[in-house]
Amino acid sequence: MHTSVVVVGAGPGGLAMSHHLTRAGLDHVLFERGTVAHSWRTERWDSLRLLTPNWMTTLPGAGYRGNDPDGYMTAIETVATLEEYSRSFDPPLHTGIEVESARFVGNGFQVRTNDATWHCDAVVAATGGSSETRIPDLASDLPRGMEQLTSLSYRRPAQIDDRGKVLVVGASASGVQIADELRRSGHDVTISVGEHVRLPRSYRGCDIYWWLDRIGQLDERWNEVEDLRRSRRHASVQVVGSEDRREVDLLSLQRLGVALVGRLMAIRGMTAFCSGGLGSLVSNADLKQARMLKRIDDWVNEHDLVDLVGPASQPDPTILGQVPTELDLRRFAAVIWATGFRPTYRWLDPLAFDRRGRVDHDGGVAKTPGLYLLGLPFLRRRRSNLLAGLGIDAAEICQHLAGHLEEVGRSPIRTSR
Amino acid sequence: MTQTEAPIIDNGVNIEALRGARQALTDAPEAARFQWRARCEWVNGTHSRSSLTDFSGLGQEHSHRQAFTIEADHPEVFSSEDKGATPPEIVLGALASCLTAGVATVATNRGIQLRSVTATVQGDMDLQGILGIEPEVRNGFNHIDVRYEIDADASRADIEAIVAQSQKRSAVFDIVTNPTTVQVTVA
Repeated sequence: MHTSVVVVGAGPGGLAMSHHLTRAGLDHVLFERGTVAHSWRTERWDSLRLLTPNWMTTLPGAGYRGNDPDGYMTAIETVATLEEYSRSFDPPLHTGIEVESARFVGNGFQVRTNDATWHCDAVVAATGGSSETRIPDLASDLPRGMEQLTSLSYRRPAQIDDRGKVLVVGASASGVQIADELRRSGHDVTISVGEHVRLPRSYRGCDIYWWLDRIGQLDERWNEVEDLRRSRRHASVQVVGSEDRREVDLLSLQRLGVALVGRLMAIRGMTAFCSGGLGSLVSNADLKQARMLKRIDDWVNEHDLVDLVGPASQPDPTILGQVPTELDLRRFAAVIWATGFRPTYRWLDPLAFDRRGRVDHDGGVAKTPGLYLLGLPFLRRRRSNLLAGLGIDAAEICQHLAGHLEEVGRSPIRTSR
Repeated sequence: MTQTEAPIIDNGVNIEALRGARQALTDAPEAARFQWRARCEWVNGTHSRSSLTDFSGLGQEHSHRQAFTIEADHPEVFSSEDKGATPPEIVLGALASCLTAGVATVATNRGIQLRSVTATVQGDMDLQGILGIEPEVRNGFNHIDVRYEIDADASRADIEAIVAQSQKRSAVFDIVTNPTTVQVTVA
């Protein structure tokens, strides 16, 4: 079977890509292992909502048309949005297709699926950056029989045995949201905190993402930052999309009665050892928050908007009391790993990877010609892995891809690699 | 001098060399593996002398230009001879030194001129731990406070950020705040 472009993954990234390819008149197929927005149906907890307000959920050719622009859509609503989007332009979608391998052959690719083998000139990996969770090696040192969940397998508080404490490991958006929900449902929660990003849900009367969008922070480009690798590893902001717009930062969790401990460093027998450096990380996060809010204040002043928004303010600093550096695991019934995600590209030709096992790419354009990535954190912009950013990345990738197809069409077939 | 020229600052840090080293080691991670060493000889009583002479890294052995020594002892209130500082005090000095070197490096990297930097360190320790009186009391510090007084050409926010970044990249801060495996054997 032959086509020009194989797009892998029919989530928002793959759909956006297919939209642009369709508009450009480029022959392609969109492979999806399940059905449209599969991971949004199967790998999200019940109460999950997007971090960003609904007005930001724009896909190519389709803005948000619901009646709650300032609300935060649920996973189910996200699925419905993506299904509706898919119906609106009828992509060449093949569901139930698992890509088993994509190998460089000649100037193009041989893509084997569970159904057939395809030949194509370009491949777009649009499976996103959250295909699997990152779990530290020390997880294997946890006592056997201790319940372990991850941010992909967690669903609801009732899932967790409440006869003991819960340890949530990780304090990015997932970790603080899960800790907040569990605490509110009556569980005794401890959260282990490493590096984190603190920002208020609302500032001066507007949503934080409204500000980040306005001041241009979300559009900062990958080739314009000093330390891209570090920027790509940034923890997600400690906010939750909720109707009451409540805060879920460490201070708020503390006030709810969640116990804070430092980063989980080692497990020996029934004792978990946590870093004594939490104070340093907390000060750092508060300082960075202050810098971002000041950046917003400066923008407000420069654009003469002082009378149109609320007054500037300083969130309360996070004050830690006595933070234990040891936890008695006998008091804990469950551990939830909210320690980050990573993409899965097991099907991809090993030649596409660098010596560190990561796909070698520049802004989503792989070093190995014809291969493209979508939906990774800070792929091309800070908004690259937000629903509000996939469309524009897809447009730029599509442009590059179209150029590549033209070149391949002109040049003679090279010998197989 | 044009308006866009940055002021020349000099904190004594060769920042260009450090940036070059970071880049080189990114491409050659094996070269980044160092081993630091100390050799300690008992003198008398609780007095001992550690020599710090050689170390390895960048794929080879190195020697300091001179052998550095650290005397350690217990004080008179411990019925000892006070021939050197106590090991815990030396650790506090190491922590302060590591953080301070970091302050100088980060400040230089950010184009900030330092005039003076002083760290005052306090470590609280309950001797019931080391004396084996109370099993619940740990041997080491219960808590350490480090207070920086910094005079520099920068805002308070910038100075706080420098100190925060220094902690983030400090070897001894990590050594002191996080568990490290130590194996002691007898020849």
